[in-house]
Amino acid sequence: MIEGISIYQIITVSTIMFFVGAYGFISRKNLITMLMAIELMLNAVNINFVAFNKYLHPENMQGHFYSLFIIAIAAAEAAVAIAIIINLYRNLHSIDVEDVNKMKH
Amino acid sequence: MDFSFTIYIVLIPLFAFLVNGLLGDKIKDSVSGNLATFALGISTLLSYFTAYHYFLNVGKVDDIYEPITAFNTTWVNFTDKLHIDLGVLIDPISVMMLVVITTVSLLVHIYSLGYMKGDEGFTKFFSFLSLFTFSMLGLVVATNIFQMYMFWELVGVSSYLLIGYYYTKPSAVAASKKAFIVTRFADLGFLIGILFLSYTTGTFDFITINENASAFAQAAPLGFMGLSALTWALILIFIGGAGKSAMFPLHIWLPDAMEGPTPVSALIHAATMVVAGVYLVARLFPIFSAVDPIALEIVAIVGGLSSLFAAIIACTQIDIKRVLAFSTMSQIGYMMLALGVSGMGAEGTGFMASMFHLFTHAMFKALLFLGAGSIIHAVHSNNLTDMGNLRKYMPITHITFLIACLAIAGVPPFSGFFSKDEILVAAMAHNPIYFWIEWLVAGLTAFYMFRLYFGIFWGNKKEHIYAHESPFSMTLPLILLAIGAAFAGFIPFNEFVTSDGGLLHIHIHWDIALPSIAVGLVGILIAFIFYKKESKWPSRMENSVGSLYTYAYNKFYVDEIYMFITKKIIFKRFSTPIAWFDRNVVDASMDGIAKVINYCANKIKGIQSGQLQDYVTAMLVSVIALVFIIIYFTI
Amino acid sequence: METIIFYIISVIILVFSVLTVTTNKILRAAVYLLFTLVATAAFYFMMEYEFLAAVQLTVYAGGIVVLIIFSILLTHQINLNLEKIYPAKALIAGGSALIGLAVILLTIKDNSFTPSGLEKSDNSVNAIGRTLLSYGDGGYILPFEVISVLLLAAMIGAIVIAKKK
Repeated sequence: MIEGISIYQIITVSTIMFFVGAYGFISRKNLITMLMAIELMLNAVNINFVAFNKYLHPENMQGHFYSLFIIAIAAAEAAVAIAIIINLYRNLHSIDVEDVNKMKH
Repeated sequence: MDFSFTIYIVLIPLFAFLVNGLLGDKIKDSVSGNLATFALGISTLLSYFTAYHYFLNVGKVDDIYEPITAFNTTWVNFTDKLHIDLGVLIDPISVMMLVVITTVSLLVHIYSLGYMKGDEGFTKFFSFLSLFTFSMLGLVVATNIFQMYMFWELVGVSSYLLIGYYYTKPSAVAASKKAFIVTRFADLGFLIGILFLSYTTGTFDFITINENASAFAQAAPLGFMGLSALTWALILIFIGGAGKSAMFPLHIWLPDAMEGPTPVSALIHAATMVVAGVYLVARLFPIFSAVDPIALEIVAIVGGLSSLFAAIIACTQIDIKRVLAFSTMSQIGYMMLALGVSGMGAEGTGFMASMFHLFTHAMFKALLFLGAGSIIHAVHSNNLTDMGNLRKYMPITHITFLIACLAIAGVPPFSGFFSKDEILVAAMAHNPIYFWIEWLVAGLTAFYMFRLYFGIFWGNKKEHIYAHESPFSMTLPLILLAIGAAFAGFIPFNEFVTSDGGLLHIHIHWDIALPSIAVGLVGILIAFIFYKKESKWPSRMENSVGSLYTYAYNKFYVDEIYMFITKKIIFKRFSTPIAWFDRNVVDASMDGIAKVINYCANKIKGIQSGQLQDYVTAMLVSVIALVFIIIYFTI
Repeated sequence: METIIFYIISVIILVFSVLTVTTNKILRAAVYLLFTLVATAAFYFMMEYEFLAAVQLTVYAGGIVVLIIFSILLTHQINLNLEKIYPAKALIAGGSALIGLAVILLTIKDNSFTPSGLEKSDNSVNAIGRTLLSYGDGGYILPFEVISVLLLAAMIGAIVIAKKK
């Protein structure tokens, strides 16, 4: 518990970061920038977990560990996403998300 | 002893139909023909045994022949009062009809073994013949009117199949359709009549209806035009019978039905199916005579009119089968008239005469048709103008044909004289006008039959190179029928088949018999003068009668009137607008609904755009909305 | 003192995250992302979660951002300018994001987060390691092992997907 900073402020920051990431995901056309927006969202969630752990339940470390695991998983997912993007680039010669529409009706 | 074996009389032809129909391609022609004939032979023997047993041994109870229900089973059970049974009713007229139908059918089967030999659809023909025999037998032994109606329709179907047997000929197809449609149209009246009848009497069963006839007639509610509902029911039922029996104006199918093979004409259109209408009226005769007399008057008028109408037309026709068809119509008019002028009990001469005439007519008409078939087989043409001088080539056919012509002309001692005489007696007793009409028709009958006879067997001196007598399978039935036609007149029908089952006292009325014999002989004489050799008399007669001849030759344009009514009036005024409405309004609204749905579906399809970001947007918005709803509206 | 540092860090986070999603040039977006992640690590340091901050710096800032930059180079995007966003799309995206933001902030505002008031537990690396590998009560050995399998699978998957035929 940090003096002078209430939990509301931290949560506000993380929420704004999350929705900026959501905005970025929906509005961007390049696949890599979409990936970056995903990372933003994940980070916002991490901050949230840590804040709750520190402020509301300082006696156990669950938020801390969840954040660790989220970082690990985010890393794995980013790796696989990059692999997919590279494969897609090889086949379509563009990484525009509007060109990936084979599942169209 | 009980008569439950009679169910086999009906079922054996059904069995033959199934075997021949299902195994048609796989068995040889001779096997199928012999099987059908043999099956029918068993039926014939059983029906003779039934007749012997019923008429001579057990039928009589207190000197009255009682109807016996030999077999009855409930087929469809709706409620206690409404149930449809199937069964066998043994009573004088049904036993007589069993004998007639099985005998004629057996002889037609034997004849067809020779006539249809080598034909491609031989097995099919025999299976249809068996089907027809089964349906006709089921009709005559019906215990209730609904069963009779079912078998009535089945008879119509069999006749459709048989008339349209030469299905590659368009005229045969058209004729079979016409027969089916006209009789089906008449059956509408029949069905409505059945409904009225069963509603006012509360039952379908014949024995119940006939025993309580007067009670039902008095209790019947009053209907349209002052006649009770029951009277209307019987009139409507008669309309159905008139269609099947080719009474005017529902006769148009009978001449065209000659497109079928000749054995078919002999079986159906001479001896059995066309008398179904007469049989129907006879079956319901107690209740016909218990209601308002107008019902029987209508029967008599229609019968008399048809007989006169047909006799006039028959004098002018060239196709020999058409002459015989109109002759059938005329004779059935006689039978209907006889029923119409009859009373019950001691006044029941008409009823007995009608049934007697049915019996003898079956013999000589079948003989005439089979003989005509024999002639057509030899000459390969139906027209009178291609024939002549055939007596040298076909002696057996010649003699049997002559016997039949004498019978139909009413010359004693052949059978036709006795039955026709009784009809004339009954007609005179009711109303002299009927007598004089039928007297005239008797003369015309003799004339046109002998015109046919002389035209075929005497007439112009043609040399037919290919004509020869028919094989034994075709001449044997001719001989047997000739014996029947000659001697059947001596059977004492007044003891066996009468309106109430008891004995009817009759004797020959010489004041009726002598004029009828005289007019018959006059007719034969005129035909002799006109047609035995080539002469100018026929053409002079035609010219002097003028337009009457043209009208008669064209069958009084009845067919044309029907075509006019259906095409110009019904099709043009009713059917075309209704069809337009159906296609453009009903169908269009269905199409419109489909188009609207199609349009909406195409628009909704856009949701599946394949764009990742669209999906994510949708998810995000939905989640936020759900959260919003849950937080602010529920908890 | 902490308050000022907190405000600086949050300003950095917010500004750079907005810049990441709105800039035209892709490499700059990656760099802005890097700054955001570093600021997050600083935030963890302030929270006295040193291990987590270190992991954040190593994995995220050092691993993922490098990976992203490599992919930018591999897909030849480095010189392209990103196209402008359609106004309609931006409107929908911005609108939904703003609405979502409003809903959540309103919800948070009314909620009272009550601290449990218990003693702070030990969060030294020693304790973290022990908890991570303990199979007793409150141990995280199972997620640990599962994550290691996941990482293996991700590695293999990435190799298979990106392989040249």
